Amino acid sequence: MSGDEFVPLSLVPMLIGICVAVACALPGNFLVLRRQALIGDAISHVVLPGIVVAFLITGEVSTWPMLLGAAGAAVVAVVCIEAVRRLGKIEPGAAMGVIFTAMFAGGVLLLEQSDTSSVHLDVEHALYGNLESLIWLDATGWSSLWDVQALAGLPVELPRMVFTLIFVCAFIAVFWRPLKISTFDEGFAQTIGLHTAPLGLALVIVAAIAAVAAFDAVGSIIVIAMFICPPAAARMMTNRLEHQLAWSAGFAALSAILGYVIAGYGPLWIGMADAVSAAGMIATISGLILAVAAVFGPHRTRGSAAAVG
Amino acid sequence: MITDALLLQLGYNATLVTIGACLLGMAAGVGGTFLFLRKRALVSDAISHATLPGVGIAFMVMVAFGGEGRNLIGLLSGAAVSAALGLLCVNWLSTRTRLAEDAAIGAVLSVFFGFGIVLLTIIQTMSAGRQAGLEGFLLGSTAGMLRSDALIIAVSAALTLMLVLVLRRPLTLASFDPDFATTTGQNVTRTDLAMMGIVLAVTVVGLKIVGLILIVALLIIPPVTARFWTDRTDHVVLIAGALGGVSAYVGAAISAAQPAMPTGPIIVLVGFGLFALSLLLAPERGVVSALIRHRQFQRRVHLRQGLLALAQGQPIYERLTLRLLRSEGWALPDGVATDDGRARAAKALRDETRWQTIRRDPAYEAAAAHYDGLTPIETVLTTDQIEQVDRDIGAPRGVTS
Repeated sequence: MSGDEFVPLSLVPMLIGICVAVACALPGNFLVLRRQALIGDAISHVVLPGIVVAFLITGEVSTWPMLLGAAGAAVVAVVCIEAVRRLGKIEPGAAMGVIFTAMFAGGVLLLEQSDTSSVHLDVEHALYGNLESLIWLDATGWSSLWDVQALAGLPVELPRMVFTLIFVCAFIAVFWRPLKISTFDEGFAQTIGLHTAPLGLALVIVAAIAAVAAFDAVGSIIVIAMFICPPAAARMMTNRLEHQLAWSAGFAALSAILGYVIAGYGPLWIGMADAVSAAGMIATISGLILAVAAVFGPHRTRGSAAAVG
Repeated sequence: MITDALLLQLGYNATLVTIGACLLGMAAGVGGTFLFLRKRALVSDAISHATLPGVGIAFMVMVAFGGEGRNLIGLLSGAAVSAALGLLCVNWLSTRTRLAEDAAIGAVLSVFFGFGIVLLTIIQTMSAGRQAGLEGFLLGSTAGMLRSDALIIAVSAALTLMLVLVLRRPLTLASFDPDFATTTGQNVTRTDLAMMGIVLAVTVVGLKIVGLILIVALLIIPPVTARFWTDRTDHVVLIAGALGGVSAYVGAAISAAQPAMPTGPIIVLVGFGLFALSLLLAPERGVVSALIRHRQFQRRVHLRQGLLALAQGQPIYERLTLRLLRSEGWALPDGVATDDGRARAAKALRDETRWQTIRRDPAYEAAAAHYDGLTPIETVLTTDQIEQVDRDIGAPRGVTS
């Protein structure tokens, strides 16, 4: 694979894919352990109305209004779910189901009602994303990595996802001890004076930030898959949280790389003309990794901690 | 136009779709109730997303055998197989591994859906033109539906509803009290399996109308809505079925009348509208009635405290208390008690003294447990008992005349 072709066409999407995957997988570990795994699913459904409303207000597809709209919708959804749960005394799963389906339906209706056909804003795009189109046209080969002029032409999604990844890592590093304690033993965390409720909320907000940043670049399906599959696979590999995070980051990066390569080049190898959806393939690969871990992982069953020591 | 649609005057296809949607909505409401009561509402999310690869594979297989690829029965069979596979995966992951059920649901829905999208992109490049309408399975589309398709949907929705009606007794028992169901000799595992079968059937039939992303709303929203209106099992089931039927009927009719209105989202939003109304207005559990109850309680507390203050000749500064006393005609604007007010105040103070007496007397222990400062003493003691208490207290005290 020569640099002339690889650097402009595949390097940037692949790097973005890796950043997205790791940025979602790291907070995903805590969500899976806290039985909040489906928050990623809910967030990725509710950001659609936010993005559509932002588009209708500003009239253009630009980044910041959309990110703000998505974040606003996520906040509205969290508030609504909590309100339904408390006011109606409804169990959390059902409350979530009511709100996120209704908001998604509202988003689709708005999208169909408004004339968005002129711009690239449609439901399929929101679901699959367009990872493949984030190409770096200014690059000519590996040497472009040192070329300031070419670097200026990098797709803005790449630096944004890198910042998001750094932010997520920083959050986890700074709040490592309280996060770990409150995830495993909320009661104990409270007795030693940790404020578990704001911490839990902060975790959800960080997850939402990662989801919204990723959503813009790669669509919602990767986001849901990366929140759950790599952490779930990592959980089968180890009993130590530190190791689980490392495993999940590794699995996430592996899914992104393998998924992108197979989606982009796999069909050509077996004689088909066109590439397939990279986002879908990355999700598929993460599922295969989870399947392998669930069948062969050393800590795949409950209570395996005692057996291994 | 919308009236025409609601009265089924828009032609054969639209009528079949509307009736089919209505039957499907009823089956989804009833089937969803059992899921909701079993606290497994979100399993349906995994099932519905898991239908996509099945639709894709069925299309590819039918094209490979020289078929047209758009045969609805073929596509739906594929959807059913892959959804069943997804359900098995959720069960396997949540019982055989350490993953919790929510993580298993999320993993299955994202992976199956992702794979389905991969298949869709292959199909898009495979045979341009012939795959038209396949995206309709994502969000549902009834526009341009073939006459035979509409008939298939109406008939299979009716069959699903019948299945639900036949199985409602064991399902109800198993959802509410699995232990009791087991002791009466019912095979709960098999009932759970039947429940999942119904959810699967509803999902697959609903694909073409509501779409796989939103079908889950039809299974979740009506039962949650119905729960606001009743505390009785069988009523939840009936109301959920009715609500599901109404949402789907109205939604499908609106969408048939207005071409720009996509069917699935409209149905879901009608259902959500009914939910929002119920959340606000339901008699027992609604927000408005809770507010009213709160205000009434507040009013009783303020009136009672106000009367006690009047009886003891204390000035009242609290505005709400003063206003309530005035509106009852028990006090004048400057806070001075009226004749009626003085009599009420004397009674309130006397009742308070009676309460204090019986709370000190072990003989009245059961009655004294009702003391909360608001319950009228006449409701817990008989007239004879009150006379007895009054004799113990002696003459009324503390009433300034």
